[in-house]
Amino acid sequence: MKDKEKQKTHPRVPILPLDLEWIKSIRVNRSAVERRADTLGKRRTVKKEWQAAWLLRAIACMDLTTLAGDDTPGNVVRLCAKARQPVRQDLLERMGVGDLGLHTGAVCVYHNLIAAALDALEGSDIPVAAVSTGFPAGQIPMAQKLEEIGASVKAGAQEIDIVISRAHVLRGEWENLYEEVVSFREACGPAHMKTILATGELATLTNVAKASHVCMMAGADFIKTSTGKESVNATLPVSLVMVRAIREYYERTGFQVGFKPAGGIRTAKQALDWLILMKEELGNDWLSPRLFRFGASSLLTDIERQLEHFVTGTYSADYRHPMG
Amino acid sequence: MKIKDLFETMEYGPAPESRDAADQWLDAHQREFRLFINGEWAPPVSGKYFETVNPANKEFLARIAEGGPDDVGRAVAAARQALPHWAALSGHARARYLYALARQIQKYSRLFAVLESLDNGKPIRETRDIDIPLVARHFYYHAGWAQLRDTELAGYREVGVVGQIIPWNFPLLMLAWKIAPALAMGNTVVLKPAEYTPLTALLFAEICRNAGLPPGVVNVVTGAGETGAALTKHEGVDKIAFTGSTEVGRIIRKATAGSGKKLSLELGGKSPFIVFEDSDLDSVVEGVVDAIWFNQGQVCCAGSRLLVQESVAKKLYAKIRARMEKLRVGDPLDKSIDIGAIVAPVQLRTIEELVRKGVEEGARLWQPSWACPAEGYFYPPTLFTEVSPAHVIAQEEIFGPVLVAMTFRTPAEAVQLANNTRYGLAASIWTDNINLALDIAPQVKAGTVWINCTNVFDAASGFGGYRESGFGREGGKEGLYEYVRQTVEDAFFDKPVVLKKAKTQSRESGIAGMPPVDRTPKLYIGGKQVRPDSGYSLPVYGPDNLLLGEVGDGNRKDIRNAVEAAHAARGWASATGHARAQVLYFLAENLAARSAEFAGRIAGLTGCSPEDGQREVDASVERIFYYAAMADKYDGHVHHTVLRNVTLAMPEPIGVMGVICPDESPLLGFLSAVIPAIAMGNRVVAVPSESFPLSATDVYQVLDTSDVPGGVLNIVTGKQEALAKVLANHLDVDGIWYFGHQAGSQMVEHDSAGNMKRAWVNHGRYRDWMNPAHGQGEAFLRQATQVKNIWIPYGE
Repeated sequence: MKDKEKQKTHPRVPILPLDLEWIKSIRVNRSAVERRADTLGKRRTVKKEWQAAWLLRAIACMDLTTLAGDDTPGNVVRLCAKARQPVRQDLLERMGVGDLGLHTGAVCVYHNLIAAALDALEGSDIPVAAVSTGFPAGQIPMAQKLEEIGASVKAGAQEIDIVISRAHVLRGEWENLYEEVVSFREACGPAHMKTILATGELATLTNVAKASHVCMMAGADFIKTSTGKESVNATLPVSLVMVRAIREYYERTGFQVGFKPAGGIRTAKQALDWLILMKEELGNDWLSPRLFRFGASSLLTDIERQLEHFVTGTYSADYRHPMG
Repeated sequence: MKIKDLFETMEYGPAPESRDAADQWLDAHQREFRLFINGEWAPPVSGKYFETVNPANKEFLARIAEGGPDDVGRAVAAARQALPHWAALSGHARARYLYALARQIQKYSRLFAVLESLDNGKPIRETRDIDIPLVARHFYYHAGWAQLRDTELAGYREVGVVGQIIPWNFPLLMLAWKIAPALAMGNTVVLKPAEYTPLTALLFAEICRNAGLPPGVVNVVTGAGETGAALTKHEGVDKIAFTGSTEVGRIIRKATAGSGKKLSLELGGKSPFIVFEDSDLDSVVEGVVDAIWFNQGQVCCAGSRLLVQESVAKKLYAKIRARMEKLRVGDPLDKSIDIGAIVAPVQLRTIEELVRKGVEEGARLWQPSWACPAEGYFYPPTLFTEVSPAHVIAQEEIFGPVLVAMTFRTPAEAVQLANNTRYGLAASIWTDNINLALDIAPQVKAGTVWINCTNVFDAASGFGGYRESGFGREGGKEGLYEYVRQTVEDAFFDKPVVLKKAKTQSRESGIAGMPPVDRTPKLYIGGKQVRPDSGYSLPVYGPDNLLLGEVGDGNRKDIRNAVEAAHAARGWASATGHARAQVLYFLAENLAARSAEFAGRIAGLTGCSPEDGQREVDASVERIFYYAAMADKYDGHVHHTVLRNVTLAMPEPIGVMGVICPDESPLLGFLSAVIPAIAMGNRVVAVPSESFPLSATDVYQVLDTSDVPGGVLNIVTGKQEALAKVLANHLDVDGIWYFGHQAGSQMVEHDSAGNMKRAWVNHGRYRDWMNPAHGQGEAFLRQATQVKNIWIPYGE
């Protein structure tokens, strides 16, 4: 796949020194951000073939996720099968993309399900991502967090979704946040690290922007909005602030950090809004799984229904699409 | 395109809004529209039609009747005939009609949006998401004012038949801004849409009929400039409301001078967009997009002058250029474009010409790498940096997608640059520091100030200009006063109201056997008594032709000096209302202490009885008290606009005002004219009564003892008409009041057009100054102020 080639030519984001002056200079005007976020999906839209192609792209950028207390190898295996074949082959063929090898960006599970997922995904290009560091609240000792990362990497997870200590942000302890995330990154080793800010618990957009920058300096491969467990998860204004931070970081350092909105993205229309956001604010580089992931569980079903509608011209039903 | 390829390229494809319904509507009218007069479609008397075309592809859309003077006459007659019934309806009944219009607009919102986009070339996103929702909101809001007029505006009535001339940049929105308040206040309307964009007004006419609006209440006469001129000149019209260029506004100001027509003008602009170094620059960039690439930059309040603090200029320019590269210009009906077509080839040529000029002058031009569609009238977004105020592109309104950028070093310099323009429509201020924002907002000469946002509108907020951007407000409570008259005006007199002469007349007494000590009143300028530049004096005679003394014969140089002194006293404008009140109370106190002397003077000048003289002095003291009381109570509103923000409607002083005082009631007339202006923070150059100037010159001694700062009130005696003309023409005078005869009123209104100063004249209708209903009140304060709306969004 082209994405793989690209990955080779792009150096991994390094850990850079913490620049507190930079953090101090960050300004975010909430009303203006909300106004832009509100018009993004009104200034752009995609229809017909373009929409179908964009929805397929959304699937390629999806971390198909299950993060529940009652997860067992049984439902995780089912999910992995869906990740390998996210859309019915007949529909793909009618769209002329039967040979695209379409699959989701990753499968995202708790540590205990890594092995089951790896088994089920064997032979595919699909990485397993594990949430870590006391997900979702992160209220456990630091040593245990580092151990958890190490265990997951050892178990074969190629991507680790860590949660930051919200307290560091709320108390303005940027050095502490930086050190925490640097430790996580070091513990991740070769595995790519997605840093979950839990923006719904950070109180202000300015905090979101500052935390984004600190995490990027600390070597986050991705910054991610939410665990999906906060009362407010991925929103467009929050995402706009984070992707602008990524842009600023890229302009200043030349390093491309990825973005992962997670939680609450359930419809194909929402997925398109986020793709538009990425294309407008960051450009096409950020429309690939290398730099963009949706954290989602139910989104795929809606996209499948929309794709069937595109192919057949009639509205679809969810039971017509194999469940994950 | 193959989906497989699109999956790789991730391009935007075409996303056209259907135009079928609009085409069907045009076809149902055989693509030919007559005039809407008295609820019927009437052919133009001349039989002439013109064509309206789609600027995006030059296609013919429809033939439109060209209304001539006869057609205007018929429309005005219909409006006149409809007026008594419409005005006599209860506010509630009018509210029902306006409510019905609002609902109709919502029911046909997409048809309006598509039609507007076809006719004007603006993006469907803007008509769909901005124009049409604002139109509906305007009618809803004013349905409320119709309901409330009789209670909330007690003492006011409708103006009558209103002629309204609207521009092509926001065809239906400008129609709404004109028609909704006019109807709500009980007026009937003859509307002339712009020749390039008549279609939505015609659809609106149809909707008026569907809503059961009585015939003649709204008439639509299509045509070009001559049609508008005919409407402006028509004697049956009681008010003209115009939105358009300053050039045409000036013509209308002159044409309506002396006619007694009320006038409101919303004209051009070159609005500053001020960026301080502590602002959220990514949000600033989107603000710039909204400021100058909204509606192809064809926006009177477009933020077309970018003023950036030097420390962040380079960074901001880079961000703006990157953003410009992502803008999409193209088919206005495509839902994925940002910038549509320029309305007409003539406008496109103007833009091209000014851009060429900018390049010639040495400014640095930047345009995106992509090309505009070749078919139709398109122009790419354009940024000029390294621009100086001396460049033509920094001063002239381009009315296109062209932004000119300059830098500043300090907040004070930002204000200077912002105000270095003849216009004063709007301003946008970007900073995360509320102290700075609220410090700058009052200093910028503009009717609307947007903090950290731009081009946001709402029916509840007044919109209108300072300086040559026009006068009057549209929207908010302040906008209603353009469409009402005080009922008390009906009781004004055709002749001056003078005091009865007493049987025996008083004489100023001296010491027996000695000649009186000569008193030589001088001019009073900048807090000093000065001799007139001419070196001449004018005799002042009493009622029996007895020479009472002389006053200085002021001339144009004295006016010049007085205006400069008034400008120097600018601190008065920022003094607190309380401080101004204290000075005025002190003035009243000192006047009261010398009341016998002032009463004697009035008697001596007019021949009235000493008791009448005393009554006038008492009334004068009370009048000063009234305005002292109002100085810290005539305040603004916080408007209920639909954004999460505080919209402050602040009355600000006009600035430096010329006041040509009445020739009756020597003391009371003088004070009634000048005190309200001063109370609101204006600085005044007063020309006292030519017949009785001595009461005014006596006042300056009281001013001296009352802590009135020098330059706040300047008194130039002399020949009133000549001095009035100098003041009316003076380009650094911001407002002028005239309380004389009809010919003088006409001259003042006519000559005020030079800098579009606010002119308030009496058209030879005289007040009884002793009657508080005539001689004082909020009407004076409203004329002494202009409302600035400051939008302050909040939320961390």
